[in-house]
Amino acid sequence: MYPKDLKYDCEHEWVKVEGGVAIIGISHFAQDQLGEVVYVDLPLAGDSVNAGESFGEIESVKSVSELFSPVTGEIVEVNDALGDAPEIVNEDPYGEGWMIKITMSDPSELDELMAVDEYEAFIAEEA
Amino acid sequence: MSERPLREPLTGRVIFEMGSPDARCVEAPIIDVPKPDLSAVLGGQLRQTPPVLPQVAEIDLARHYAHLAEANFGVDNGFYPLGSCTMKYNPKINEWACRLPGFAGTHPYQPTETVQGVLELMVGLQEALAEVAGLPAVTLQPAAGAHGELTGLMCIRAYHVANGDPRKRVIITDSAHGTNPASVAMCGYEVTTIPSNERGGVDLEALRAALDTDVAALMLTNPNTLGLFDENIRVITDATHAVGALAYCDGANMNAIMGKARPGDMGFDALHINLHKTFSTPHGGGGPGAGPVAVRDILAPYLPGPLAARLGDGAFGLQTPERSIGRVRSFNGNVGVLVRAYAYVRALGGEGLEEASEQAVLSANYLKEKLRGAYDLPYDQTCMHEFVLSGKRLRKEFGVHALDVAKRLLDYGYHPPTIYFPLIVEEAIMIEPTETEGKQTLDRFVEIMLRIAEEAECDPDLLHGAPYDTPVRRLDEAGAIKNLDVAWRPKEV
Amino acid sequence: MRFIPVSCTERDDMLETVDATSADALFDVIPSDVRLTRSLDIPGGMGEMELAAHLEELAGCNRHAGDLVSFLGGGCYDHYVPAVVDAVLSKPEFFTAYTPYQPEVSQGTLQAIYEFQSMICALTGMDIANASLYDGATALVEGALMAARVKKRRSFVVATTMHPEWRETLATYCSVGSYDVAECPASGGTLDLKALAALVSGETAAVLVSSPDFYGNLEKLSQVARITHDAGALLVVSVNPVLLGVLEAPAAFGADIVVGEGQPLGNSMSFGGPGLGVFACRKEFLRAMPGRIVGRTSDVDGRPGFVLTMATREQHIRREKATSNICSNHALNALAAGVYLASVGPVGLKGIGEACIAKAHFLRERLLGTGCFTAPWDAPFANEFALRYDGEVASMQAAMLSDGFLAGLDLSRFNADDGGLVLFAVTEKRTRAQMERFVEGVTSL
Repeated sequence: MYPKDLKYDCEHEWVKVEGGVAIIGISHFAQDQLGEVVYVDLPLAGDSVNAGESFGEIESVKSVSELFSPVTGEIVEVNDALGDAPEIVNEDPYGEGWMIKITMSDPSELDELMAVDEYEAFIAEEA
Repeated sequence: MSERPLREPLTGRVIFEMGSPDARCVEAPIIDVPKPDLSAVLGGQLRQTPPVLPQVAEIDLARHYAHLAEANFGVDNGFYPLGSCTMKYNPKINEWACRLPGFAGTHPYQPTETVQGVLELMVGLQEALAEVAGLPAVTLQPAAGAHGELTGLMCIRAYHVANGDPRKRVIITDSAHGTNPASVAMCGYEVTTIPSNERGGVDLEALRAALDTDVAALMLTNPNTLGLFDENIRVITDATHAVGALAYCDGANMNAIMGKARPGDMGFDALHINLHKTFSTPHGGGGPGAGPVAVRDILAPYLPGPLAARLGDGAFGLQTPERSIGRVRSFNGNVGVLVRAYAYVRALGGEGLEEASEQAVLSANYLKEKLRGAYDLPYDQTCMHEFVLSGKRLRKEFGVHALDVAKRLLDYGYHPPTIYFPLIVEEAIMIEPTETEGKQTLDRFVEIMLRIAEEAECDPDLLHGAPYDTPVRRLDEAGAIKNLDVAWRPKEV
Repeated sequence: MRFIPVSCTERDDMLETVDATSADALFDVIPSDVRLTRSLDIPGGMGEMELAAHLEELAGCNRHAGDLVSFLGGGCYDHYVPAVVDAVLSKPEFFTAYTPYQPEVSQGTLQAIYEFQSMICALTGMDIANASLYDGATALVEGALMAARVKKRRSFVVATTMHPEWRETLATYCSVGSYDVAECPASGGTLDLKALAALVSGETAAVLVSSPDFYGNLEKLSQVARITHDAGALLVVSVNPVLLGVLEAPAAFGADIVVGEGQPLGNSMSFGGPGLGVFACRKEFLRAMPGRIVGRTSDVDGRPGFVLTMATREQHIRREKATSNICSNHALNALAAGVYLASVGPVGLKGIGEACIAKAHFLRERLLGTGCFTAPWDAPFANEFALRYDGEVASMQAAMLSDGFLAGLDLSRFNADDGGLVLFAVTEKRTRAQMERFVEGVTSL
């Protein structure tokens, strides 16, 4: 449910670092709470975003939630596949359902995020 | 797939797919004057391809809409305890009245001497609403509750502007209707949301912390969306006034307090009244309604016009206040709706309105007492005209959601209560019986609600699959978005 | 106790259940300092027969389209409404229902709205239409605000030939939302295209124009569209939908958003309301669109059905970030429009439009022939036209009223510069004999 190699924030986004680039998506818990995702509004590559700021929105039939970036940096790639098939977020939240890739300007921000055991405790409380 | 009945379904086949190119319902009118060369007189704007509209015979048209009607559920079809919506009976005399040619056939720009009757009616309604509100000035212009909210906020803004500072923020509570924050934003203000306290009222500490001279208004529903009357209401409005802000009342729940308490006396400066809730005008499947706004004297100069008015000589006219915010729509208001509301006010009179509120509150408390065992009651107090249950226990123990309870009610022939609102109650089930339901109806509803709670325990999947016995069953709402089809088009040949 | 079916004994039972001595005692939760301690000062209730007589008396104090020959328009028109329209509107399953939030028992309302949306798309040529707004004026405002969201710009250019009440409504909304509105003057009865070209800029979100305009004239929409689009702005066109069987669809001229007052489609005048706000646009603006939208889908058994869709735009979900604060639509008026359009069909709608246009041109020619009127301009027009009266308009109208005519709209009511101008609207209901009698009457003054 919650891969061990990821970091999580309290808005239920995950971060995976690959070669200095942060890949960001939402957790299994978040997609489950939302229900069937019908729309993901993502920024353009080239935009910058600060940690804790909204970078987009995700919608189910009757809810809309903002997406918050766990880290600061420049967005180098967005997952365009979600435009046509937003349900990928439900089906594969940690793989094909990724949302944006960021070149981090301050990798120390990662230290502020939760490791998997902390995150599991956090969602146990929320549920 | 379940077994299909032999009978064709009532709905699903759109009217464009019926009839034939030769079918006619209403013939084109006879043209008894010379027909001009249309292409020439219209400056070359003659339509090249006719619009694709249905072509059906009158009998097919009549049956089509009869079938659609049969697949619909209104107050006349059954109990409709939809919290926050006041689905009371819509008296038939009102429908007759608004169709009288002297009302339905009047043009908004007729000379006022030819529309004295409708103007007198509007003045009479303004005066009755002012009395119920405890606020002296009323505009009948707004077309709906949300339109009334915006109108009231615009008047408040104009008042602050006249005093040299429009201010920046409007405070709302976390139990507010969604229209409140949306109207605030449309009026150019920022929204500050404050929490409710453990008794469902305004958290006074949070209110005091939020109030400062940047605040233009507090916007509050009282009785609130939990169906509770805020016991600190005077403290709240006094604190609001102390920083120079004004107090706006969302009057969605006026059906609870007619003749018992008046927003003006509670310290509110402006109020909208939903005529389609409290004053029995029909909801029409989503509208038209009307959302007149009543205000204190300090806001009266800013009301949008025109207002119906008594002139000195016993005649009636239309007037616009001198410092009016300007128009918020065309013409004179949703007059067809106003006629119905006026008829209702005159049918009941002052005493009747008070009795209506008494019975509405008694019926709500009665249902609350009967249902409190089977469902959670998060705010265990005397309620006003509605109350909020929670299906939290059903979810935790049996995995049944408020939505499932609502859908199961459809199988029993009842319109479900409002669910998932207010947002501060988990698995909220908001019930408003209104005064126009008999005790037998209420008792049968109780029986069904208790039976559904039992079903949730014994056979949760039964509820997950409900409804079974409706014109259609649960619909694919995600599919509706992903494969968007919002207008019928002819198939390409 | 009108409309309260609870008997006295039942009431006592209920009081016992809630442990109260009287219904009034339940209101003890209201602090005493805000309780009303007297009765409401509203006249006493009436029995139905007396009420009916009272309402008939009030209605009887009004002159109306049934006893006057009306040439009044200006956004509200005396068209014929087929009997089948009110027969459908009178079905309580439609008019006593709430918003279709429970689609399983609301397919009637939902399908009727879907069909209405489809008809509005067919008439306007646009891709999508919503379930309706309050009226034409608020539809115009919503069109402007949507353009601002789409273009991320905050300025509008509105034609002075737009209905004055609609412009005023736009100004009211824009003044609280910090939008700029510039008014583009007219020349020869239609928009001054040179002035328009000078007014639009890279800040302009939308150009707002009406065709036919308030004076009845047809705007040069293709040219307006070109100027608008050259500035990167959107074109919002207001139409009279009942004429779209004859007039070219606004989409053909490049309209991006189409709004209008739908009252002429099977709705009564009712002193100006409720109206029907028509709203249609190109499909790429879907997420920025205000109001409800119905979509077609299917149920768990595969049966076709309809639902309110794309709800995340709306106030009950997105709250202060919603596309509009509007919650309701004018569903019953939209139903009337749908039944109306289905009952007249494409042939009937064309015939109605042709009748209005032919009769309007007939009346104008006859009035000009009297020598009492002059033409202020020579622009193409459809069902409505303005003429200058060579005398005092008010006394002419008063004299004609005593002959049973509503002699058009005195335009000085809206703008002192339009003194002397009278706006005449002619619907298919007007007969040649009525018009000839009117011309005769005016001539003999």
